[in-house]
Amino acid sequence: MAASKSKQRLRSSNSPALGLRLLLLAGLSIVLLVIDRRDNHLDTVRNAIGATVYPLRVIVDAPVSLWRWTLDTTASRNQLQLENSRLNAERLLTKARLQRYSALEAENTRLRAMLEARVHVRDKVRVAEIMSASSNPFRHVLIVDKGTRDGVYKGQTLVDANGVVGQIIIAGILSSQSILISDPDHALPVEVNRNGLRTIAVGTGDYEQLDLPFLPNNADIRQGDLLVTSGLGGAFPAGYPVAVIDSVTRIPQEPFAIVTAKPAAALNQIREVMLIWSSTDAAADAIADESAVAGEESIDE
Amino acid sequence: MSNDRPMRHQSIIISIIFALMLSITPMPDWAAAYRPDWVALTLIYWSMSLPRTYSVGSAWIIGLILDVAQGTLLGQHALALCLTIYVSVKFHLQLRQFPPLQLTATIFAMLALYQFILFWINGVVGINPPAVVYWGPVVSGTVIWPILSMILSGLRERARV
Repeated sequence: MAASKSKQRLRSSNSPALGLRLLLLAGLSIVLLVIDRRDNHLDTVRNAIGATVYPLRVIVDAPVSLWRWTLDTTASRNQLQLENSRLNAERLLTKARLQRYSALEAENTRLRAMLEARVHVRDKVRVAEIMSASSNPFRHVLIVDKGTRDGVYKGQTLVDANGVVGQIIIAGILSSQSILISDPDHALPVEVNRNGLRTIAVGTGDYEQLDLPFLPNNADIRQGDLLVTSGLGGAFPAGYPVAVIDSVTRIPQEPFAIVTAKPAAALNQIREVMLIWSSTDAAADAIADESAVAGEESIDE
Repeated sequence: MSNDRPMRHQSIIISIIFALMLSITPMPDWAAAYRPDWVALTLIYWSMSLPRTYSVGSAWIIGLILDVAQGTLLGQHALALCLTIYVSVKFHLQLRQFPPLQLTATIFAMLALYQFILFWINGVVGINPPAVVYWGPVVSGTVIWPILSMILSGLRERARV
């Protein structure tokens, strides 16, 4: 023990005061934590470090990309034909549905004009690929392969084919981080599609469940109700499906009902998401958008 | 001790980069809770063997990178790694003398400290994940330690550190 202590002293004379350095760095960490928690002054620091992490992400993602590429290139002719015919059938179906939708939208615009309400303009979308997901189980975070270079901004909404996925929290240059609606730190304003009842959907840390903690016992809500974004918080555009009510438990002596919902989007299975530029955003103009073009064509007809 | 400096640093840095990559590799849901703290384990090993080169300073910088990579609060992993590596540098002479079983037990304690700090910061911020998320990495890290230390000591002999 004595020998090791004297050695320790020898060592500490070489690299002065390990404890002091620790204190300094720990203090610095706590300062960083507090600043990062409070506001976003550290975004530039994050971006700088993020740029060094980016190649690592690409390497980590490489086996998956390679595997998909191999599957794509070695797919047999038969498989391709099958898939092609399936996609054609699907396209026909969606096109038929879209025709009805555009007729409805035209009608809706007309009715809104009669009511002198603000005309709802179509949002612009763009597909982004997910580079990695939830490497930290405390937080439900996705990294997508679009950044400020592509016009991504903080607070932007992400959806998949079925519903809302989350929103961008850090917009890097080449890639961005987004928080999922199932993150325990996330809440979004929703309304019940059936009757317009407004409430808040809070993440639980479970990909398959959202909580609606602020509904009184006598609220008109039942299992199977669809929740859509209400657009009231200002962060999410209105009218995108969020979740379907899973269970409603009413305990008479409690003021609030226990309501849980299942997210419409497959939060832990998605590979691609769509970024939405709300029609009010100036950035939207720069973004070419196929689906909007297709939609406009059908309106013109 | 250091007749082959660039080579030695290269292999150590590559092992740390590899650990960073393992910590952001996508994993299925059930397995993610048991992902070992690769970076912490690798750094504990190197700080134990080369306490003068790999100490709290490098741990702090790598912790910041880990924070950005995992999307946690900036400084969270940096603080946790810093404190854990401090313990391993402070007691590196004793740790080197420990028989394997006792060393593994100490690693368990160090990983528990590491996770505790991460958990504590999460708690202050208001994130309360289930207990499995806390114990999962500690247990899996302890199990993986003998294998990892074998691989890293192989690397060390190769690099003649």
